[in-house]
Amino acid sequence: MTISFLIIAALILAASVAAMTLRNLVHCALALAVAFAGLAAAYLQLNAQFVGFAQILVYVGAVAILIVFAVLLTRGGEAPERNVFSGDWKWGALVAALVFGTLAWAVKHSFASDRPLPTKAEVTVKQIGDALMTKYVLPLEVIGLLLTAAMIGAVIIAMKEEKK
Amino acid sequence: MTPLAGYLILSAMLFCIGLAGALTRRNAIIVLIGIELMLNAANLNFIAFWRFSEHSEALTGIMFVIFSIGVAAAEAAVGLALIIAIYRHYKTTNVDEVNSLKG
Repeated sequence: MTISFLIIAALILAASVAAMTLRNLVHCALALAVAFAGLAAAYLQLNAQFVGFAQILVYVGAVAILIVFAVLLTRGGEAPERNVFSGDWKWGALVAALVFGTLAWAVKHSFASDRPLPTKAEVTVKQIGDALMTKYVLPLEVIGLLLTAAMIGAVIIAMKEEKK
Repeated sequence: MTPLAGYLILSAMLFCIGLAGALTRRNAIIVLIGIELMLNAANLNFIAFWRFSEHSEALTGIMFVIFSIGVAAAEAAVGLALIIAIYRHYKTTNVDEVNSLKG
């Protein structure tokens, strides 16, 4: 439990709470970008450099900006609604609290979480690339196909309907 | 609290914040943001378990997270396209008002 972990954890939690509670949708999207950047810092601290930079590229660079675009296209950034939470928000909060209680109980009583930090060599990008091109080449092709299909599908769904 | 337990608790908190937001907010875009936070909590769990495992040279955790990030990017693109299509049809992104299947 180091100081850096506590700082990163506080940053992630504060930014995600802000992303879920702020009234202005653009502010929510920017708080989400901060939370994603904090998660990238957590990955770097866990020695997963490649994943950390992929997180910054994909989430901070693409997903957060895509959400800002969607907010502006749907005019959600203009007028804050009267009530941002739905009518029965208490039940949702209760369900989330129960889920957290269950997860925390499971983590606290699990023998797996007592593991010490293993000291080991760094994982290089070369190793990851080798694994992607040999052992994981089929999932890589499938994910490429999935991304292509998702891109075409997103364009077709968001395309303007033809006037009949 | 051990280091791994710290990361697991952080991930659980992140998941529950996302779950609470997805269940309680009215705007469909915020619901999607909550789902993204839940996906990221799962990714943090994968990386934490990979880092504390004995056989980290197998790269399983890292590979799972890389593919998970790819799937999440596809999900975000399609989800936001759906929200834009719904907005064009109903003129709202409030999920409480989008309540008919054949509008």
